[in-house]
Amino acid sequence: MSFMVNRFEEGLMITSVDWALNWARQCSLWPVTFGLACCAIEMMATGADRWDIDRFGAGAYRPSPRQSDLMIVAGTVTYKMASRLVRLFNQMPEPKWVIAMGACTVGGGPYYKYGYHVVKGIDLILPVDVYVPGCPPRPESLLEGLLRLRDKIAHNTIAKASPSQSESAA
Amino acid sequence: MTPEQIAKTLQDKFGQAIAEACVEGLHPHVVVSADRWHEVAVFLRDDEHMKFDWLRAISGVDRMEDGQLEAVYDLHATQPSAEPGGLWGERHGFAVTVKVPRDNPHVASVADVWPTAEWHEREAYDLLGIVFDGNPDTVTDHDGTHPRRILCPDDWVGHPLRKDYQFPEEYQGIPGWAGDDRPLDKKK
Amino acid sequence: MSEIELQGQPDVLIDVDAESSADMVTEELLINMGPQHPSTHGVLRLLLRTDGELVLEVTPHIGYLHRCAEKIGESLTPKQYVPYTDRLDYLSAMNNNLTYALAIEALAGIEVPERATYLRMIMAELNRIASHLVTFGCFGMDLGAWTAFLYSFREREHIMDLFESTCGARLTYSYITVGGVTHDLPDNFIERLREFLDYFDPKLPEYDGLLSNNHIFVRRTANVAPVTGEQAIAWGLSGPILRACGPKWDLRKVSPYCFYDRVEFDVPVGEGRMGTVGDSWDRYIIRMLEMRQSVRILRQLIDQLPDGDVMAKVPRTLKLPPGEIYMETENPRGQLGFYVETDGSPIPYRVKAKGPSFCNLSIMHEICRGILIADIPAILGSIDVVMGEVDR
Repeated sequence: MSFMVNRFEEGLMITSVDWALNWARQCSLWPVTFGLACCAIEMMATGADRWDIDRFGAGAYRPSPRQSDLMIVAGTVTYKMASRLVRLFNQMPEPKWVIAMGACTVGGGPYYKYGYHVVKGIDLILPVDVYVPGCPPRPESLLEGLLRLRDKIAHNTIAKASPSQSESAA
Repeated sequence: MTPEQIAKTLQDKFGQAIAEACVEGLHPHVVVSADRWHEVAVFLRDDEHMKFDWLRAISGVDRMEDGQLEAVYDLHATQPSAEPGGLWGERHGFAVTVKVPRDNPHVASVADVWPTAEWHEREAYDLLGIVFDGNPDTVTDHDGTHPRRILCPDDWVGHPLRKDYQFPEEYQGIPGWAGDDRPLDKKK
Repeated sequence: MSEIELQGQPDVLIDVDAESSADMVTEELLINMGPQHPSTHGVLRLLLRTDGELVLEVTPHIGYLHRCAEKIGESLTPKQYVPYTDRLDYLSAMNNNLTYALAIEALAGIEVPERATYLRMIMAELNRIASHLVTFGCFGMDLGAWTAFLYSFREREHIMDLFESTCGARLTYSYITVGGVTHDLPDNFIERLREFLDYFDPKLPEYDGLLSNNHIFVRRTANVAPVTGEQAIAWGLSGPILRACGPKWDLRKVSPYCFYDRVEFDVPVGEGRMGTVGDSWDRYIIRMLEMRQSVRILRQLIDQLPDGDVMAKVPRTLKLPPGEIYMETENPRGQLGFYVETDGSPIPYRVKAKGPSFCNLSIMHEICRGILIADIPAILGSIDVVMGEVDR
């Protein structure tokens, strides 16, 4: 879709195209399996019986980043893991979104002060769309984060590139 | 055997190599000199009264005031059950401490005595800098010949659990803290 | 080498220099499995040296979740450090809290009230069931049985409800702290626990029918990477995977902590029912049998539960007298050990955590020779590592 971006004049009616594309994208956000630590267990619980994430279309976890469009970073990111995280993010095709799940990804979490090996928030290395705080966040919080992301996607338009498309990973 | 008996047996057999014996308290241990540690380890595993077959953990401790690094080995001896299918028990448990100078911290590796020591020694090197000579997973790089680091990346600088460790300002371009916030400099 | 034996089938020898393949040039391939991989149970990197489908050597690389737990332990007071112990083996957080609390109480000479000890044991055994359920579910999922995952998480949600009504958290509780436990049980906890145990008892034979005796599951796990008893102790293994190799060793029986000597339970060991003693199937079935024993222990604990305080009188600034201790408890994955050294100040001088999965994972290098690539999830799932306590 990137060949269409920024090629339209202001004022051209593309509402229904936008609406259709956004609807398709927000209702089938396929996450890449990126559970790192304790938050991964709550992410698995979100995908399990009681809080079925599949009813939002986001239950098809893909092992390969090349087949997914959402990265839920669930768990602490360490310096050793950071380069792999960025590499996987770069391997995801556009459009892609990132949910920072848990206090560790939001800003270092409990390891903020004495964690010499912990990245203090993944927004130091990736563009983040939604932050879900908690340690670990309840499955309802993660679902709320997913719904906020859907609202964010609903405001996308193909006339302008979305922030995640224009920024590249640090 | 009680801790007193174990300490006495070791002192009788190895004499000067057993620098001190602390058998009172919650953690009875002896201090063994680093140059004869391997000999003592083989004796601890093979002697029929000792039979320490289980190395539980190797903990490294930084004694900065004394200028020493310490490696604490926690050993236990299992007692298989007399009848088949019966519960196993424990003969005894004991600990051994080996002290090395901070500027030349070399100890013989006991990975050939207890194979589980390989990873514990790599961790003690990684976090404290105690070099275990003879560890099966040894590399040679700008830091010399040492066991390969296991937890921190291979190009990590310094040994984090030392008391004078400086937290990194950044690693491979990723800043150590967000913005100008330096939590370690703040008063409590 | 010109002939490689296929593990588990000793009469099959694969001749890599055979006449028929003389024109086929094969090379060894280094394949990276992880650190992001659905079956590695966290951020574990396995470097496989393979010859086609045959794995010649597996080298685990760890440290991708090194969260500086030991440095933090030297910088915070024991009461502040309890939440960090949750995050070591995050699937059995109550048990980790318990080990650290026991170590600090032994050093400081604090006596815990009787009711608090019983509550600690109840929570520890419930967490054992929850942890084994995750193992069962994820092991099934790794081998393709998605249903096992859904069933086990359904049961686990009931346990999470019980924990949440007591201490407010679902995964990382910080409930068992220095001196006792933080909250007393809510009013209807015991009835709900009895209801859960009555509901859960018939589920275990259901899981046996679903997975344990499933023909495909047995073919994938029986005779895969067996470990002998001597090998297990030499490599420092502990927990269910030690018992699967033969030794009937359970720290709750050998040196009982809390009041484990007041309850009766069996210790299941591997018998090689489907293959060799100590193979992946044995390592799996031990956990299913242990869940039954945990249910048995819980019923006895509910009957024995006394009234009283749940927290000892612990001063606000806990002064730790100089000393050292190495304390171990039987966690769902093995024996978690804490070496704590104190020097008289409120903050310990050294806190070292030995995670059982750290020792259990080290045997991968030894037993994964001559297996197929598809056996790796079976072995890793049966060893059941949690990277939080491997890397700390």
